[in-house]
Amino acid sequence: MPLVIGVPREVFPGEKRVATVPDVVEKLIKLGFAVQVETGAGDAANFSDDTYRAAGAGIVDSAATLWSTSDIVFKVRAPSPEEVALMREGSTLISFIWPAQNPELMKQLAAKKVTVLAIDALPRTLSRAQKMDALTSQAGVAGYRAVIEAANAFGRFFNGQVTAAGKIPPAKVFIAGAGVAGLAAIGTAAGLGAIVRANDTRAEVADQVVSLGGEFVKVDYEEEGSGGGGYAKVMSEGFQQAQREMYAKQAREVDIIITTALIPGKPAPKLITADMVKSMKPGSVIVDMAAEQGGNCELTEPGQVVVKHGVTLVGYTDLVSRLSKQSSTLYSNNLLRLTEELCKTKDGIVNVNMEDDAIRGLTVIKDGEITWPAPAPKQPAPVKPAAKPAVAVQAKGHGHGGGGAPASGTRAAVIFGVAALAFWFVGAYAPAAFLGHFTVFVLACFVGYMVVWNVTPSLHTPLMSVTNAISSIIAIGALVQIAPPLTGGLERPGDWIRWLAVIGIVLTTINMFGGFAVTRRMLAMFRK
Amino acid sequence: MSESLTTVAYIGATILFILSLGGLSHPESAGRGNLYGMIGMAIAVLATIFGSHVSTAGIPWIIAAMVVGGAIGLYAARTVQMTQMPELVALMHSLVGLAATLVGYASYIDPAATANFSGAEKVIHEVEIYIGVLIGAITFSGSIIAFGKLSGRIGGKPLLLPGRHLLNLAGLLIVIWFGAQFVRAESINAGMMPLIVMTVIALLFGIHMVMAIGGADMPVVVSMLNSYSGWAAAATGFMLSNDLLIVTGALVGSSGAILSYIMCRAMNRNFISVIAGGFGGDSGKKPAVAGGAAEPVGEVVPVSALETSELLRDAKNVIIVPGYGMAVAQAQHTVYEITKYLREKGVNVRFGIHPVAGRMPGHMNVLLAEAKVPYDIVMEMDEINDDFGATDVVMVIGANDIVNPAAMEDPTSPIAGMPVLEVWKAKTSIVMKRSMASGYAGVDNPLFYKDNNRMLFGDAKKMLDEVLTALKAA
Repeated sequence: MPLVIGVPREVFPGEKRVATVPDVVEKLIKLGFAVQVETGAGDAANFSDDTYRAAGAGIVDSAATLWSTSDIVFKVRAPSPEEVALMREGSTLISFIWPAQNPELMKQLAAKKVTVLAIDALPRTLSRAQKMDALTSQAGVAGYRAVIEAANAFGRFFNGQVTAAGKIPPAKVFIAGAGVAGLAAIGTAAGLGAIVRANDTRAEVADQVVSLGGEFVKVDYEEEGSGGGGYAKVMSEGFQQAQREMYAKQAREVDIIITTALIPGKPAPKLITADMVKSMKPGSVIVDMAAEQGGNCELTEPGQVVVKHGVTLVGYTDLVSRLSKQSSTLYSNNLLRLTEELCKTKDGIVNVNMEDDAIRGLTVIKDGEITWPAPAPKQPAPVKPAAKPAVAVQAKGHGHGGGGAPASGTRAAVIFGVAALAFWFVGAYAPAAFLGHFTVFVLACFVGYMVVWNVTPSLHTPLMSVTNAISSIIAIGALVQIAPPLTGGLERPGDWIRWLAVIGIVLTTINMFGGFAVTRRMLAMFRK
Repeated sequence: MSESLTTVAYIGATILFILSLGGLSHPESAGRGNLYGMIGMAIAVLATIFGSHVSTAGIPWIIAAMVVGGAIGLYAARTVQMTQMPELVALMHSLVGLAATLVGYASYIDPAATANFSGAEKVIHEVEIYIGVLIGAITFSGSIIAFGKLSGRIGGKPLLLPGRHLLNLAGLLIVIWFGAQFVRAESINAGMMPLIVMTVIALLFGIHMVMAIGGADMPVVVSMLNSYSGWAAAATGFMLSNDLLIVTGALVGSSGAILSYIMCRAMNRNFISVIAGGFGGDSGKKPAVAGGAAEPVGEVVPVSALETSELLRDAKNVIIVPGYGMAVAQAQHTVYEITKYLREKGVNVRFGIHPVAGRMPGHMNVLLAEAKVPYDIVMEMDEINDDFGATDVVMVIGANDIVNPAAMEDPTSPIAGMPVLEVWKAKTSIVMKRSMASGYAGVDNPLFYKDNNRMLFGDAKKMLDEVLTALKAA
């Protein structure tokens, strides 16, 4: 009997997403599960009951039946108390939970003796977990939609144009916070042709901003803003002062501000003051993506679009639901990947493996026992502690008056000494004739070194074949032996020498002609 | 021709050789460089033939020998496949080595050569012969083995005899001892025995040295043998008191040494231990260390040729990283067809070449040049490594260790510290491979398990043909 996955209709007001789309239903069935969907669950995201039926899912008439007959429930929003009441003991729930913000919900779920996997509790720094990262997939959708909302409320083009009717300057967009949502917004706005600037307290995201076509605006203050797990942390007062000045300057210059700044478990930081809004040009737009957590702008009204001081303030809290087909598809793919991890045997049986870092992090309640928060995964920690001792060691080295450089100095001295000794030995014992050759030899080595050092790596093969051809100069050695003019009656094993020399000449001429010819052939191929 | 004229001709030849090597520093001047080399060689040979050391009786012999050798050489140069270049070069090195050995023997049995020497001069002359034959024999047998390995006649796996360093050391001591015997020998016949014994040991040493080296290290070996063949020529020059040979030998020797040094740096190996023929320390430890290295976790995502073509078509920036697998599959022409197609569609396609990709220095460049890929889109590792972040798709064709992130991320990896092409920084990387087997270094490649990596399994040529068909069909 395969386990049954149930997908209820989302009951949260304004929530249009659905946890599983028909495409994913098919794949879940292939994994060995049975799937049932509450009637109308996908309507708001343009997935009709019929398409679910066609994909192989059963359609259930009421939420009560669905919750009580499903072994695993896929949901988007955290369940309401009513939904929790419908849950069957021993079943499994996978959805957003936000355990830190919802302690009451956690207690209710634990009392039901269920297993809960909170998709928001995924250890995001685990690279393997990225395919299950619903926060990322949903934030990307939200960032895209934020730009679309801004474009909707903004009275001009985004891209600059030169038309017969006059020149139109491009819109200037400032994006506060370059997390996933911010980066998606940067990419979208740049794609529409706007001039995009962005800021983040984490300096390391500057490259990503630039790669998406944005310009990174720095805060003129030195402080590292990375908190744990890829999130930002609260910054010092001095930094915040400098940051406010930067925001005030941007507010005066840009047409559109999109704010995405969130700090986990805390109200959103107030980045845009009422004064800054006043300083903006009439017709400007602010999209406050942090509206649900109180907003990054003082004047934002969550869930509303308001016009204050001539500036349109968009405070929608349902940006993701406004693109429900896209966000549902991405979310259900995240859940599918998670299911694959839970069911590696592909037989419709789920194994919540608490040894697996990713699964361990996700599991906030196991069989009625609260297992949240999970112990921190051991991954990103060692970077910083390791750096400090290294610095200390280096400082110590300086104290001794010796570090890397003097050590190599000793080595150079040893090499120099050995070379000097060798040269002295040669000078002391070798006859003058030899020294002449020796001089030539040493100088030639250096000439070779100087000449070859400049050769471009792409020509290394031709270089080798030409040097190889040149080394057949050894033919000269054989040539002079073949039949030297006779010198005063010495007995000479002429035949032996001649044959050795002839073979030598044959060998070297193969090399000589072959080497030059093949080099020629190769070089003729190099072209621009 | 008088002695002075010969000398002047030699000086001219020397200058031409230096210009020749200098000309190869850039593709535009390289053709001229090669021409200088040929002229220099012609001058040197003619000056010798018509010089005071060759009597007219020798000329028929010389002409006969040169016609035979030249014909064989030209035939080989015309018929060789570009993928076989490493074998050809290795084989040619062996010829130089053998020639040096023969010339050494001929010089020793020629009483005329030593007639004017006595005392220290005679000792030095004999030491020169001894060393010349030694280097020549090592070059000869080493190159033959390298040829065998490169052409697949001998397995690529390193052969590690127990106590191989002791064996080498013992060989060296025997060579020195017989060297002393050789110098002390009263007559040529008495000196013959030590010389022959030494030659046999040198031949064995050359075999042993190259046998112990794995296929991936071949670029170093080939350039090292190139260097040795130069030193053999220089030693012959000392033996015959011929400055032209000394200079040319030293030029070739030092250029080969520099090339090996560049190769070593590209593989993060110690130059000294390579030149001495003792890769040993490193390769000996490999298996042990590999066991302790971190096992990559994650899963491998295979893709089809069709999906690859879609990824390529949607990309703006593409970098192709070829390796030995491309040479084996003879896929360079298809690679260029794909490149041409994508570039016509406005995709920025470039090539990233690792210094030790393939089996000899610059191997990939020659293959791409053969396929008519313009050299200004073929980039060196240092030129292109910073661009991977802004690249949409990287195609790795039959390369493994040179794109292994473990070299940078895992300090326990046997290839730790080797500079690699950072392909994993691109949005998507596609690795074309026949199977999941690890590269020559025997190290598993964490790249394959990265989330943004896809594997295209199959013969490189066949899969690329399919990709090209899919590209054109769409």
